Amino acid sequence: MERKYLLGNEAIAHACIESGVDFVSGYPGTPSSEVIDTLRIRPDRTAYIEWSVNEKVALENALAAAWCGLRALCTMKHVGLNVAADPLMTSAYTGVTGGLVILSADDPFAHSSQNEQDTRCYAHFARVPCLDPASVQEAHDMIPEAFQLSEELGLPVIFRPTTRICHSKGDVQLGSAVTSTRKGEFHKDPRQYVVIPAHTRILHKKLNEKQPVIRKKLVEKGFNRCQVRGNTAIIASGIAASYVQELLPAGVSFMKIGAYPIDEDWLGEFVRKHEKVLVIEELAPEVEEVVRQVAGIVPVFGKKNGYAPYEGELSPTAVVAIMEKAGFLRKNPFPPVQPVPDVPARPPILCAGCLHRSVFYAMKKVYRDAIYPSDIGCYTLGLQLGAVDTTICMGASITVASGIAHSGEPRDVVCTIGDSTFLHTGIQGLLNAVYNGANMTVIILDNRITAMTGHQPNPNTGTTACGVESPPVSLEAICRACGVTFVESIDSYDVTGFVNLLQEAKKRKGVRVIIAKQMCVIMARRTGVKRGRYMVDTNACTGCGTCVRFGCPAIEFADEKARINELCNGCAVCADLCPVAAIVREGKK
Amino acid sequence: MSGSFDILIVGIGGQGTILASNILGEACLIENRHIKGAETHGMAQRGGSVESHIRIGGEFGPMITPGQADLLISFDLLEALRYSHYLKKGGKMVVNSHLVLPTSVYTQKLTAPSEAEIIAALKKHPLCLLDADSLAVEAGSPLSANVVMLGAASSVMPLKPESLLEAVKRLVPKKTVEINVKAFEAGRALGGKC
Repeated sequence: MERKYLLGNEAIAHACIESGVDFVSGYPGTPSSEVIDTLRIRPDRTAYIEWSVNEKVALENALAAAWCGLRALCTMKHVGLNVAADPLMTSAYTGVTGGLVILSADDPFAHSSQNEQDTRCYAHFARVPCLDPASVQEAHDMIPEAFQLSEELGLPVIFRPTTRICHSKGDVQLGSAVTSTRKGEFHKDPRQYVVIPAHTRILHKKLNEKQPVIRKKLVEKGFNRCQVRGNTAIIASGIAASYVQELLPAGVSFMKIGAYPIDEDWLGEFVRKHEKVLVIEELAPEVEEVVRQVAGIVPVFGKKNGYAPYEGELSPTAVVAIMEKAGFLRKNPFPPVQPVPDVPARPPILCAGCLHRSVFYAMKKVYRDAIYPSDIGCYTLGLQLGAVDTTICMGASITVASGIAHSGEPRDVVCTIGDSTFLHTGIQGLLNAVYNGANMTVIILDNRITAMTGHQPNPNTGTTACGVESPPVSLEAICRACGVTFVESIDSYDVTGFVNLLQEAKKRKGVRVIIAKQMCVIMARRTGVKRGRYMVDTNACTGCGTCVRFGCPAIEFADEKARINELCNGCAVCADLCPVAAIVREGKK
Repeated sequence: MSGSFDILIVGIGGQGTILASNILGEACLIENRHIKGAETHGMAQRGGSVESHIRIGGEFGPMITPGQADLLISFDLLEALRYSHYLKKGGKMVVNSHLVLPTSVYTQKLTAPSEAEIIAALKKHPLCLLDADSLAVEAGSPLSANVVMLGAASSVMPLKPESLLEAVKRLVPKKTVEINVKAFEAGRALGGKC
């Protein structure tokens, strides 16, 4: 038994190996991505591992493996579960024979997400168990239990870590790796796997009958536990339970919720032993609603009466504020402090030499007064360059563009979408736009990798998750097959060529597609591409600021002159833009 | 309250804060101590401000509360200023004198404090200011600046320098062990004088 300092996601991945996982699928999404990334690079891996093209595809694959009796893991971020919601809801009816664990990582405070939805609500909705760890060690320890629970109940189990679990670290006590001897075998049973109305009505009843069993089991397994220590009580779940435990005053009872659905009889008994109860949980009032149902005359403090926030993530400071307001803490152990004012912000920014920056530059030059729907990826950072007008969810750049184009908006519509996002849910939108005759331009930002989440391969990369060569996919051919007649590919760094191509596209009607190709600059560096750096000839520089406005982090401005710093990756786009040719390659003056 | 020793490491995405956190974690394992941490991953790393929370001896949550950190290690001057309120009274600061201004300062013509102004503001706390970039270059690679910083901070951390050095050897790429050992020692020599 080894102890290691691990990232939450690495600990979860290790626990999957300790559970003898057979089948792994998922789509990358912060904060979930490192689970599969850890599994897929292990030289001793025995499980089948795939990066799927989207979460629905991933879950259906994993479900099928679990129907064949295998232990299957499917990972995604919380919003990915929306994409996978269709199979999720009915998989609760069909159930599973092998263990199926669906890891859906929530992101309170939306550190890297478009919303703060709560996966526990999906578990409630689908009526499947949900595990909610409070620490990295607990996340690790819960995984083998999750597989076992899934097999015992014959139901998918949702595992819901949050950012502060996935991207936390801790010294973790690990177990031994287990090599599975299971072989998948599908036993035909149409009453289980063919959800025609006659079958599904019966399956629905069976699912409902399982509920009391689930609730009792979760208490028996010790996921939900309590300690009576006084007349008042705090009930907390997830990472918030860790914060509360550090701050818990003597003589206050504590209940930790780590799994749903909560057994109401057990909960009611605890609550009624107290004069007042405070519920502390992140995001939706999932625990609080059940507490209120069973509390009777015991006063409950929580989100619903304004003592705790519905939004954002909790922290020790936030938990102290809630406890103070509800009268559970006499003295604030953390005297408030103020950050130093007016420190200029340092938000994330497109890398020096990023292929997206030059595309946005050309796009804005040709389509000056246009609408720019965009999508989910590093390129959402184009917002800082005024090149992103909408972002809602994966694949929605093309559909929002066609919707705007059909709405009578007189301006041009030019949307941007990355290759991985296009393959995730963009193709359907393109097919629809062509079919319905939209007038719009689509720019596919093709860096041949899923960059934002940590450079995972996709069907456009040429390798699978485990590094096996895969058949080449032609984005051009896909677009043509959707019915697009104007499909052109170009090097993203060729700004002049790009401007000319966009001018050509602008003259046309219908859906036009431009595929902007260039390697992600981080991948280029990792694979040893050396382009040489560029520098400013200060004698030639007029200080006009054209290059500075390009927004590259390698370009600084001091003493009325531009200067290129050590971040330069040699894309040479700024050299193209400089009106007086003052930017030259280092050593080639 | 837990009796943890709380260290906040801050910098700019790409400067090696995650490796620094892993080295501290490994050193804790060597000394058989508990440790908790939290850090920035994902797109937020792309040249943005990043923070890594480390709680040596931590038993509960991974997050350090503002005003409670025992030590702030900053890989950039401006980031030291941004996170200085995390330090508790008497908390120490080990700061790289290198300053990278955010691109927004140039593109949006924002005013940024000068190096002298930043240093004056940081001096409210016990401050160890060093040119980690130059020391790293001298050690053999500019990439070893993060290890220089750990060396400089080693005298104020509740971990034995031998444990830290062993952790450095285990975690840096094999080819760079020698460089990083030099980097650690260079930082340690300077940090001892702060």
